[in-house]
This record gives sequence, structure tokens and C-alpha cells, in this order.
Amino acid sequence: MIIASNVSKKFGRLKALDNVSVKLLRGECVALIGPNGSGKTTFIKSLLGMVVPDHGFITFNDKNILHDWNYRSRIGYMPQIGRYPDNMSIGQVLNMMKDIRKVKSSEMDEELIEAFELNTMANKRMRTLSGGTRQKVSASLAFLFNPDVLILDEPTAGLDPVATEILKRKIIQEKQKNKLIMITSHVLSELDELVTEVMYMQDGQCRFHKKVDVLRAETSEERLTRVMASIISKM
Amino acid sequence: MKKIIKYVIIDILRNKIVIGYTLFLLAITLSIFNLEDQSTKGLLSLLNIILIVVPLVCILFSAIYVYNSNEFIELLVSQPIKRSTILLSMFTGLSVSMVVAFLIGTGIPILLFEPTLTGFTMMGVGVLLTLIFVSVALLTAVYARDKAKGIGWVILLWLYFSLLFDGLILFILYQFSEYPLEKAMVGISALNPIDLSRILVLLKMDVSAMMGYTGAIFRNFFGTQYGFWMAIAVMLLWAFIPLFISLRKFKRKDL
Repeated sequence: MIIASNVSKKFGRLKALDNVSVKLLRGECVALIGPNGSGKTTFIKSLLGMVVPDHGFITFNDKNILHDWNYRSRIGYMPQIGRYPDNMSIGQVLNMMKDIRKVKSSEMDEELIEAFELNTMANKRMRTLSGGTRQKVSASLAFLFNPDVLILDEPTAGLDPVATEILKRKIIQEKQKNKLIMITSHVLSELDELVTEVMYMQDGQCRFHKKVDVLRAETSEERLTRVMASIISKM
Repeated sequence: MKKIIKYVIIDILRNKIVIGYTLFLLAITLSIFNLEDQSTKGLLSLLNIILIVVPLVCILFSAIYVYNSNEFIELLVSQPIKRSTILLSMFTGLSVSMVVAFLIGTGIPILLFEPTLTGFTMMGVGVLLTLIFVSVALLTAVYARDKAKGIGWVILLWLYFSLLFDGLILFILYQFSEYPLEKAMVGISALNPIDLSRILVLLKMDVSAMMGYTGAIFRNFFGTQYGFWMAIAVMLLWAFIPLFISLRKFKRKDL
């Protein structure tokens, strides 16, 4: 579904992405793991066209994304730090996004908005929101238009345990609809029941991209935390 | 595109600077026309104020607005919207609100007190200046990532267009006073849209007779239909070239 070929990106002297090539398919739930500053967010942003690679290209359903913009209607993106116009309220932001995307209201998925009870605080300004509430807005927006691809950058950072559980349930539910889901997180224990593949990045390179079952067999460990710990110690 | 323009304009109206700008222009224009018994004299004072205030407010407000909309732009970029649509909507939203503010603030008094060709030229020139300086502000905001740096640039650009350029010209004229520079001055004036506006309006008044030999050359060129439309075309270029460059840059900008 998404194919990245030899994608490289430099910020000044820093190589944020170095020849990254991966193939992401429908029905997969990929964990994008790597130390801080390994290029995870840059990679995600280049999938969305927010960062333009210096070399290489990315295709979405066999179409190069460089001059295309319509493919983004099929991606739900939850940024690591959601930044929203300060003087708009939650309700206004939600309504604006609904207004800009010409999607029928019957096709929208408002489950998360209800689960997070965002309607009860629709009048709160974005500027006054706590980090966790912002994350809830970001999550609701990512799932709102029922996209085929979900890209979640640190989805649970800042969320309380109840909200984390709601979000996890939702991710599992969407996974069963044969969607492509990509999650980055540093809390590996949270990914255990979600992911089917692991993509490990370091220094801007994709070190490996394998199925979780294969990794479990290779390391003869059960939990993802242990699996990754044993792989990284051998590298 | 229409929807994004709508949100930009709602947002601009919500912070009341544009309304303040309208009232300020209205107050100044009305008081000038009421103070001066001769409306041509009033028009002349008004011209000087417009040439200072309109570029300053447009360039500063637009630049600050674009920087403050960073979050809004970031939010839209991850959505299925063309990047050029986002930037053009910002430009349209800003220009429409600034042009409407200008037309209400100075247009209504001009229609009441001085509905002559000179008055209308002044309105037209003000609208063009608004577009030019919104577009220059957009260019600066797209290029300079840092807000403080961008606003510094914007102030420098305004200083250049309204003060430094004239000083430079005086300097050149003084240094090369032995040479026949009068014809070259026509070309040089195209480098500054504010000067171009001043010439266009002054030539519609009779005061240009007092501008000496250079004034006569200007009259020969800009006084004709051809020269007038050339000047308008140059001003339109001043509005579109910065917009075009910023569009090209914005399409490949990393956010």
C-alpha cells in the first residue's frame, strides 16, 4: 500500500533519513521503534508529504505522492504534539475539519469523540487545554474520517490510563477492518497486543522490518520488551 | 479553497486589529478633509499618510498573522489539501480583509469629498499597495522560519521602501548631477512601488508642474495612457512576483 524507496533527508548536516526502503501493506499493524532522534517522526512526516525527501520517492497505491495530495484523504494522522489554532474551541476545530473534508456525516466515525466526551467541553479554547486533552482531540481527528491508513505518532503519551485503554480498544477494532496501522511508541509493553510487525530505526536507517512472530521465534522471548532488548543487545 | 478563505477571514475579523485599522483610516481621512478648505490640498496630505500607513500596517499585520497561523497551516498540510491552495487562501483572506478595510476607511470619505479622477487614482493605488505588501509579507514569512527574524526583515523592507530608497535616489542624483539622469529615473522609479504610487497620484494633480525637469519627463511618460498602464502593470508584477516565489518555496517547505 505504501512503498518507500531509498528515501533520504538531510537537515543541514544531520542525516535524518538515510536510504530508508520499506513496504507497508494493508492489514498490517507496524510498530515503528527506535531511540530518540532516529528519524521516526521525519519518516512519518515524509509519508504525509509534510517533509519532502531529498532523494528517493514514496508511493501510495502505486502513485508517487510528490505531486499528489488527494491520497491524504485516506490517511488519518495523529501527530506527536498536536498544534491547533489557539483561539479556536474544540468544537470549532472539529467542525472546521468536518467542513473542509467533504465527507458525509453518515460515513464519519465519531466514536472517539463520544468516548473521550469531547462534546461536553466543546467550548473550551485550544489554548487552555492540557496535553492529554489535546492528544484526545488529535486522536479523534485521526479516526474521524474512517481512513484506510492510520499513522499514530506516540498516541498514548500524556493520556491517562482510561483514555489509553479506550484508544487501544479503538486501534484493535480498526485493525480488524483490514487497515494499515503504523504506531510509534517508547512504551513497548503497550504495543504487545497491537502490532504484527516491527520496524526498527536507528541513525536514520531502517535496521530491520520483520514480523513480530518471526522476531519472537528468533529470540525465543515472548514479550515485545524482552524481544527488543535481546535484539538491541546483540546489535 | 473557498472554505479555507472563509476560516482565514473569520479568524482575521476575530482579532480586532483590522477593524481598528479601518476606524483609524476613517478618522484620519475625515479629519483631513474637514480641516483643509481646499480638497486638493487635503488629498495631498492624505496621499502622504496613505503611502506611509498602508504599507506599514499591511506588511506587519500580514507577517505576524502568517506566523501566528503556523498551527493552522500545520493542521491543514496533513489534510488532503494542496499546499498552493493553503497559501493562496491565506493571501486571499489577508488581501480581501485589508482591501475592504482600506476601501471603507478612505474610499467612503473620498467618495463624499473628492469624487474626482485623482481621488479614484488614489483609491486604486492604495488597493495595489495593499496587495503588494501582503504579498511581500507572505514571501518573508515563508522564507524566514524564525518569527523575530521574519518581523525584523519586514520592518527593514518597509524602511527601505518608504525611506531608504528615496535617500538612495537623492544621493545618486546629487553625485551624478552632471549627467542626464532624468530618463533613467523613470526606470529606477519602477523599483519602488511606493514611489510609483506617489508619481501616479501627483501627476493627476497640478502640483507636478513644480517638480522641475524630472517632473516634466515623468509627465511625458506617466502622463500618457501607455505610461499610466505600464505603471499599473509594474505594480501588479510587484504583487504577483513575491506571491509566485513564495508559492514555489512553500510547496517544498518542510513543516
